[in-house]
Amino acid sequence: MMTIEELIAIRRSEPWREELRKSKKNKERADIPRVHMNELDPEIRSRNNEEVNLGLTAEQAMQEAQRCLDCPNPTCMNGCPVNINIPTFVKYIEKGDFLSAAKTLKETSALPAVCGRVCPQEKQCEAQCIYIRKMKKEPVAIGYLERFAADYERESGQISVPEVAEKNGKKIAVIGSGPAGLSFAGDMAKLGYEVTVFEALHEIGGVLKYGIPEFRLPNHIVDVEIDNLRQMGVQFIKNCIIGKTVSYENLQEDGFQGIFVASGAGLPNFMNIPGENLIGVMSSNEYLTRVNLMDAANPESDTPVLFGKNVAVIGGGNTAMDSVRTARRLGADRAMIIYRRSEEEMPARVEEVKHAKEEGVEFMTLHNPVEYLGDDKGRVKQMRLQKMELGEPDASGRRSPVPVEGAIETIDVDVVIVSVGVSPNPLVPSSIQGLEVTRKGTIVVNEDTMCSALNDVYAGGDIVRGGATVILAMGDGRKAAAAMHERLK
Amino acid sequence: MNKIVSKENFSAHVVKLEVEAPLIARSRKAGHFVIVKVGEKGERIPLTIAGADVEKGTITLVIQAVGGSSRKICELNVGDEITDLVGPLGQATHIEKVGTVVCAGGGVGVAPLLPIVEAFHKAGNRVIVVLAARTKDLVILEEQMRANSDEVIIMTDDGSYGTQGLVTHGVESVINREQVDLCVTIGPAVMMKFVSALTQKYNVPTIASLNTIMVDGTGMCGACRITVGGKTKFVCVDGPEFDAHQVDFDEMLMRLSVYKEVEKK
Repeated sequence: MMTIEELIAIRRSEPWREELRKSKKNKERADIPRVHMNELDPEIRSRNNEEVNLGLTAEQAMQEAQRCLDCPNPTCMNGCPVNINIPTFVKYIEKGDFLSAAKTLKETSALPAVCGRVCPQEKQCEAQCIYIRKMKKEPVAIGYLERFAADYERESGQISVPEVAEKNGKKIAVIGSGPAGLSFAGDMAKLGYEVTVFEALHEIGGVLKYGIPEFRLPNHIVDVEIDNLRQMGVQFIKNCIIGKTVSYENLQEDGFQGIFVASGAGLPNFMNIPGENLIGVMSSNEYLTRVNLMDAANPESDTPVLFGKNVAVIGGGNTAMDSVRTARRLGADRAMIIYRRSEEEMPARVEEVKHAKEEGVEFMTLHNPVEYLGDDKGRVKQMRLQKMELGEPDASGRRSPVPVEGAIETIDVDVVIVSVGVSPNPLVPSSIQGLEVTRKGTIVVNEDTMCSALNDVYAGGDIVRGGATVILAMGDGRKAAAAMHERLK
Repeated sequence: MNKIVSKENFSAHVVKLEVEAPLIARSRKAGHFVIVKVGEKGERIPLTIAGADVEKGTITLVIQAVGGSSRKICELNVGDEITDLVGPLGQATHIEKVGTVVCAGGGVGVAPLLPIVEAFHKAGNRVIVVLAARTKDLVILEEQMRANSDEVIIMTDDGSYGTQGLVTHGVESVINREQVDLCVTIGPAVMMKFVSALTQKYNVPTIASLNTIMVDGTGMCGACRITVGGKTKFVCVDGPEFDAHQVDFDEMLMRLSVYKEVEKK
């Protein structure tokens, strides 16, 4: 088999590509300014659920693609956990062959339209771009281009289904239909395995459906990518919990030769401070699940949700941003981020923070909740906040916040959304005998193969990492698929 | 999928459904619950499993129409399908031989109590069942309880059947006449609160099976959280059964009222 390096070189030396490369001097390419994403007006979008980023036009995409220098050693690819052949797809865009660009994405990514939207490219591929590493310029907008190619293909009606090897008759089970599970399923289907994905919820997509809001990742886009996997032969079974509905032993008896656990990090963390169980205080998982999965803000839906006027979201991650921006869209007059460090330490993507601010979200950084106060019916009405200041850097390298003595303020709130991280859901790990689990509840795997202590059980995504990103989960899925195939072929 | 094979009206607002769910029927144990959703825009609500027939591949659910979503389920008929059904969820009841067990049920809580009564009886315990209802017509599953226990005591609020009085009176009468080693209670939260307070007075270990608001039912959302022994627990994954004497029932009652004002019709 060809190595990745060989494949890069062969593709790069295709005549069209050489010609394209020579058509413009690197200096000219480097002088083109980085494209800006077209966005919905903040005034309008903070009152509806429409997608905020509108994507690039074909002209914008082709011009941005010209910026890429088509490096012989494309370092951007080192930053991609699913090894997308980045220069190839970018050059197809420059050439105007958008469908081939989309095909290139699908060679290694089961979810290009998703990744083009929610991947933190600034920390992945774009962080490794030669522009940023060597030229002190803004990197090529690889993420925007990825989204453009995937959207173009979907909207063109000419969706390609990746080639699938002849069925080898071997059955594989996937536990969980989030990004790790879908990525794994796609790769195994391509290799000819009979893949069945078991999902606990009533919708396929995991966190892509229940977690990430419509205005950042519309559900119909996730559905198109799932449908693509179906066309590759992947079977999906909803409302089925491995370890509860069907046991690990049942799967083995039914002839499943390999199992990939991608059950996610389902358990929300709370802060264990007084008043946290008052009515109106909830996890971001609950809030987002009600709004995204259950469509609770829609009067047609049977599921209720609290519409707060003064909504405080505790935390500074992407989920906190998703929650606070959702609250704003649900009519909050004040939608606030309460974060104990400063904005610089916020783990959320810069883009999400920017969008939140544009939409009128207030940022109360260096504040930490210490208590919630309720009314006579047990509904939260106020919260007490401890002011913080930054001290010495902690183990994570971030300056750790310390309380400013005596500086406590009280603010009015009627909904509080706690978004301070998640822990692995113990449901699946605890029901498979023989799995090795860490003190934190994550499944222990061999880092190179993603194989657990049981030789037919592999695992990846948040159940292994404890809480990471879509793309890292997808990378785990790919790695596990390659290793499982090695063992079973 | 999830087809309703039989339906029985226990009373005007309480129905018993037998639902095709072979995988759940095979794996469920006493104490487990399922999440049920009716319709595309339906709500996910937890229901404790009242029984199962492995051969037929069915489970039994008993539902009381108290709100929009439970009413939707009650309105389903034989041949209809439940849109989404997942389980079995939660921890199964810990069944062992302890001696004498009093099982106190009220309202539709009587239904999920039945498999627990059966299991304790099978394990060789002396099982005394106390069934409570407002009035005679609302007493359910009496025959099945008699068939699986040593004694059944019926309590009605209005005295129209059995003895007049509350479930606590029935439980107390048993505690006063003989050694009770364990009490299991399922019913409305306020009922369980008073049963728990009573048995605490007599130092009788007590298990309560809690039915809180849930969304996913798998530990993901935390809507069901309660305080047990000063610590936050999730009913869906840590429960649904807890040491009743450690449960903060007042907080649980408060949390159950969260959507009272916004409940959709």
